Amino acid sequence: MRNDQPLIFERSKPGRIAYSLPALDVPAVDVSELVPADYLRTEEPELPEVSELDLMRHYTALSKRNHGVDSGFYPLGSCTMKYNPKINENVARLAGFAHIHPLQPEKTVQGALELMYDLQEHLKEITGMDAVTLQPAAGAHGEWTGLMMIRAYHEANGDFNRTKVIVPDSAHGTNPASATVAGFETVTVKSTADGLVDLEDLKRVVGPDTAALMLTNPNTLGLFEEHIVEMAEIVHKAGGKLYYDGANLNAILGKARPGDMGFDVVHLNLHKTFTGPHGGGGPGSGPVGVKADLVPFLPKPVIEKGENGYYLDDDRPQSIGRVKPFYGNFGINVRAYTYIRSMGPDGLKAVSEYAVLNANYMMRRLAEYYDLPYDRHCKHEFVLSGRRQKKLGVRTLDIAKRLLDFGFHPPTIYFPLIVEECMMIEPTETESKETLDAFIDAMIQIAKEAEENPEIVQEAPHTTVVKRLDETTAARKPILRYQKPTHRDN
Amino acid sequence: MTISKRQGKGKNAVLHRYLPMTEEDKQEMLKTIGVASIDDLFADIPEQVRFRGELKVKPAKSEPELWKELAALAKKNASVKQYVSFLGAGVYDHYIPVVVDHVLSRSEFYTAYTPYQPEISQGELQAIFEFQTMVCELTGMDVANSSMYDGGTALAEAVLLSAAHTKRKKVLISTAVHPQYREVVRTYAKGQKLEVKEIPYDGGITDLKALEAEMGDDVACVVVQYPNFFGQIELLNAIAPLAHEKKSLFVVASNPLALGVLTPPGAFGADIVVGDMQPFGIPTQFGGPHCGYFAVKAPLMRKIPGRLVGQTTDEDGRRGFVLTLQAREQHIRRDKATSNICSNQALNALAASVALSALGKRGVKEMAAMNIQKAHYAKVELEKRGLSSPFAGPFFNEFVIRLGRPVSEVNDRLLEKGIIGGYDLGADYPELAGHMLVAVTELRTKEEIDRFVNELGDGHA
Repeated sequence: MRNDQPLIFERSKPGRIAYSLPALDVPAVDVSELVPADYLRTEEPELPEVSELDLMRHYTALSKRNHGVDSGFYPLGSCTMKYNPKINENVARLAGFAHIHPLQPEKTVQGALELMYDLQEHLKEITGMDAVTLQPAAGAHGEWTGLMMIRAYHEANGDFNRTKVIVPDSAHGTNPASATVAGFETVTVKSTADGLVDLEDLKRVVGPDTAALMLTNPNTLGLFEEHIVEMAEIVHKAGGKLYYDGANLNAILGKARPGDMGFDVVHLNLHKTFTGPHGGGGPGSGPVGVKADLVPFLPKPVIEKGENGYYLDDDRPQSIGRVKPFYGNFGINVRAYTYIRSMGPDGLKAVSEYAVLNANYMMRRLAEYYDLPYDRHCKHEFVLSGRRQKKLGVRTLDIAKRLLDFGFHPPTIYFPLIVEECMMIEPTETESKETLDAFIDAMIQIAKEAEENPEIVQEAPHTTVVKRLDETTAARKPILRYQKPTHRDN
Repeated sequence: MTISKRQGKGKNAVLHRYLPMTEEDKQEMLKTIGVASIDDLFADIPEQVRFRGELKVKPAKSEPELWKELAALAKKNASVKQYVSFLGAGVYDHYIPVVVDHVLSRSEFYTAYTPYQPEISQGELQAIFEFQTMVCELTGMDVANSSMYDGGTALAEAVLLSAAHTKRKKVLISTAVHPQYREVVRTYAKGQKLEVKEIPYDGGITDLKALEAEMGDDVACVVVQYPNFFGQIELLNAIAPLAHEKKSLFVVASNPLALGVLTPPGAFGADIVVGDMQPFGIPTQFGGPHCGYFAVKAPLMRKIPGRLVGQTTDEDGRRGFVLTLQAREQHIRRDKATSNICSNQALNALAASVALSALGKRGVKEMAAMNIQKAHYAKVELEKRGLSSPFAGPFFNEFVIRLGRPVSEVNDRLLEKGIIGGYDLGADYPELAGHMLVAVTELRTKEEIDRFVNELGDGHA
């Protein structure tokens, strides 16, 4: 095995430090006099010992082995990898936001509460809902919070038999998982050949045991569910609630609102539509909006505006309880608020217009070279199928890996599950036409390579710091942490 | 100023600095698509649900205008950098080495998504692998995941894992566990119809007799915090056998900084250790985002929630890292998943890793020791001024002090003197009304502690 990039532990040398603490200025008492012997740590944790420059070189080297939106195009479907504005980062680092304690007296954090309240008001307007909580830490956390509220709502009506949540077969994996964690059973509703929810199948599965239907609109195929009004009627008539997965909200800002479509609960991914950076997998923020009849069940606490300023209301007898310590991922909420205030109403509308324009442009230009399973206007993303290339021995995975050689992050692949050899492409509105064209050109070249020189695609990537990795062995014989070599190993 | 007034003219017109398409680009693209206008692309939204008019959100502001407004809003808050803070209760004002923010500001890290394409994500994957190692080292456990939202939700997931693993429905949790963590556990438990039974504390630590009385073959797990909410060191060596005797899992929520000097829970037989990495490189930021950690013993490896990074090799035999054991996760298992976590706190895990690398073996120990020493100094000085503590046991960097009057009144007075006082325990523990939970970190100087002691001891309290 070649260790081209050392681990921080492998750079370690006993004695080196990269910190600077003040000298102890209170009388020195030996810790062993303060902690009973059984509880005094004897074996030191094996943490790195490096100088400050060693540390910076290590993490700078790691950063160079990572691709972010600032490195290049990142058309990862359903993830909305748009530009992360830099002013957001600066605002979130202001001492009055970054260094306030969640349990300080309310009168000392009025600015933070005002920002949260105003963000909630903005999100209410954007989604068409009656109230918003900022508590959930991420999209999946928001889904679970929303479902717990729906459950509390039914139970408050004495309705204990609504045990099922309906989820389309094209749904994000978190939807059924959140339903399970919230204690529901998942029922799948099929999609039609047009890529939309099958209304007949919906009528079949809906019933007195339906707690809710979870839906993404536009759906994960990038298609707007045109029959949303009928669907809402079917679900509501049966006494169920309609849940909106906001992962794809970037397509409809200022164009349509979940609240107007009949949705009762909405979660948003502020790290997608509202530019909180993805951070390599988080932190995100997953606020939840609800219609009036679900307001009593909102998680605690709720921000209120009173005569003497803003305050946190804990006295919510019907609340589902606390879903997270403190008040959500405030730092991400600050970034999202900064973004909304940078865009304004016409800016937000333009976001969705260009996100949709860009996706349709790419879809049309690529339709000649890859199979287009749903030939109609898409919204902010679209899916292609690699089945034509598969017949030539080139899999979608190979196409994804070949894109790396062109400096692009590949699309989401093999999702949604209902499309064979699926590629799900979401360009976002912040990319220029030149970037879209360069990606399209690369995709066209790969399609040609699949026909003329498939090996170059099958063996890709050729230019990355590592080649394809052995994931099977990684799962079969897991090595999940570094172990300091023993002398025998040396 | 609205952005519509700011666009250029004719074919070069653009709408915003984040939106690069010119009018000319747009026209070319519409032509390629074969439609006359962007509106045609939205024709599939039914008339009756189409949004007309303008969203009632505040008009856009330019960068300098917005900066000025938000900086003013931030100034309305009293930061712990401007005041002297003795407030902890799960969130602490600690030394953050300046290198942390320099690393976090590398946009290759913060603008990346989850590392699903390992060939161009080796940096993030390796950083997580290093993080997992550091969590294992601190906690004395075998396997750690890539992070959870925070300490509270990590604890709730530990409870869910315990129930699923033991196929039992009863959870015993000490009342000396953070009150908000317990509330989150109760909310999660409702979804799974688990029974959460609270075990009282006695003398500031979990009442072992009460715990023993509740133990039975139906108990999925026993949950304690170490050091606990009052700062006290729980008797893990007495609790572990009580849990294991009934084949229940032993779950410990732990402040990772304390583990710089305290024996790690893993050494006492903990099955799951969770907590929040906030003390390492993560600002208080009004309670989030922080960074939950989740560590287990080897037998629970395939049941751990969230993302895991594993080491492997590429086709040329080079070491590399990948997301692994994904069969556990929601995107594969869907409704069979025992956790729905997807996004985690990767960037904050990176912050914690950088802080732990900067502090290193010596710094973590030194910082933890300073917390203990300064907190003990403060307690001794307060006692000299006639204030007393209801609890006599050993503690880390927090302790409880009895005041003669409502804590909120005392805190109001402290605030006037530029001090943010400790946590008012009365709200969560009625029997502790008039008691303050005081946190003293390495950042508090002797002079600041003395000032705090004087304010409390001068008959004000």
